[in-house]
Amino acid sequence: MERVPILKIGGILLVSIQVDLHDQSVLALQEDLAEKISATGAHGVVIDISAVDIVDSFIGRMFATIASLSRLFDADTVVVGMRPAVAITLVELGLTLDGVRTALDLERGMEILRGLGVGTGATFDARDA
Amino acid sequence: MTADAEPVHRLAGLLRANGDTLVRRWVDTAVEELRGRSTGQELERDFREFYTALTPVVEETARGGAADLGELKSLLEEYSRTRVKQGFTPSETAVSVFSLKRVVFELTESDDDPKLFREVLAFSSLLDGLGLFTFEIYARAREEIINEQSEQLLELTTPVVKIWEGVLAVPLVGTLDSARTQVVMEKLLEALIETGSDQAIIDITGVLAVDTQVAQHLLKTVVAARLMGAECVVSGIRPQIAQTIVALGIEFGDIVTKASLADALRHALRREGVDVVRQAGRTG
Amino acid sequence: MTTAGSAGPEELRIAADEDVVRVRQAVRNCAQRVRLSLVDQTKVVTAASELARNTLIHGGGGLARVEEVVDGRRRGVRASFHDEGPGIPDLTLALADGWSSGSGLGLGLSGSRRLVDVFELDTEPGGGTTVTVVKWTR
Repeated sequence: MERVPILKIGGILLVSIQVDLHDQSVLALQEDLAEKISATGAHGVVIDISAVDIVDSFIGRMFATIASLSRLFDADTVVVGMRPAVAITLVELGLTLDGVRTALDLERGMEILRGLGVGTGATFDARDA
Repeated sequence: MTADAEPVHRLAGLLRANGDTLVRRWVDTAVEELRGRSTGQELERDFREFYTALTPVVEETARGGAADLGELKSLLEEYSRTRVKQGFTPSETAVSVFSLKRVVFELTESDDDPKLFREVLAFSSLLDGLGLFTFEIYARAREEIINEQSEQLLELTTPVVKIWEGVLAVPLVGTLDSARTQVVMEKLLEALIETGSDQAIIDITGVLAVDTQVAQHLLKTVVAARLMGAECVVSGIRPQIAQTIVALGIEFGDIVTKASLADALRHALRREGVDVVRQAGRTG
Repeated sequence: MTTAGSAGPEELRIAADEDVVRVRQAVRNCAQRVRLSLVDQTKVVTAASELARNTLIHGGGGLARVEEVVDGRRRGVRASFHDEGPGIPDLTLALADGWSSGSGLGLGLSGSRRLVDVFELDTEPGGGTTVTVVKWTR
């Protein structure tokens, strides 16, 4: 089973999904993220799905679960880069991902987290002020 | 497949023996029917090819076998398609096939062999089938042309324009059907990515009517855009359309709507953090 | 409607998680061969993913069959999912949005039905379930 790598950039955890996920990998990713958020004290999670060509209800539910999970650790989650065909399909499927923030691309996702007061660390805050 | 082995198949034998004469007469008859819209030279090549493919089919049919009409049909298909492009009516195209019947009748009418009569009858119904086939091809070719044109029209009538950095607009005009709405919406979502825009204005000022399906597509698009991280504003809802939407019981929910494209643009610019200020001293 | 195309039907066993991924890929390949639009490809692959997971979770595993179909000038993808599981006792309920017997969101059957052009469900309590879906080119 492939595990999806989780990168830490300042106070933000970045998950970039590059493979066709099995259900087990999805569950593993949820567990890994929960552990990583609590271990690092990260305040934001960005899930980049620009390389993902299908999101079914199982994967869609993962986004919602990760968002609720991270909220328990006072972290915000942004899903970025959803392709048009995937978005249209999710709507038709009946999945609207309520409570999950979205952004067009990685850059804007990061911006949203910063706008929410989630820094990429102390250095960033100091420079920005 | 030779007719000699089975001399009972008289028609096939006659077709083979009188090939040249028959084709020439067939061409003459067709030219006459078409009143000079085609020249004999144009027709002769096509007819000769068709005739060559026809003879073995007639032999096979006379022998009671199931003849393969594949080659005949593909010849006819090519012929009919060219005719469509040249502006011939379907009857004119079919007549070229039917006139071969007349030529063959003329050749056999003085003969009273009942066996030959039956063969000619079978031959006649074979040609009837092929003549009708040209109708089918004609209809199909026309349908293709219409589809092509409506696709081109769709492209022309639904521009997605960038009206500000990060703001797209889709002015919809005319009657929206479900298929067209779907195409426009897909185009809009693609354009969000291509231009890196996270706001879009769907302006329906020019839309005459919406039905439930169209309204649903609009709603779905707004939701899909949101999933992608973009916000859509619907502007220019005319009173009648507003009534329809309410009457149909369609929930626009928390979707932002604005009376005019200008209002929607102002809303979008504010969200982009742009202030539009009239310069002092200039009135207008 | 007839089956056609250079590639014959493809049969895949659904017994584990990775089989769901393999079904998705088979349906995607077939959808590309018949030239479904990108959106339609995504829809039919997503539906197949939902149905394959149902076969695995509710049917205890089974068989998927993916093939090209032709109807006049339209081409399409047909995918069918068969299991020998307990069947679905109440169809109306199973096809309603939000109803779920397992751990899902309850969008599997009702949601995938909205993603395809043809949706046929054949089930009997105790006698297994077969779901067949078709997506046509527009």
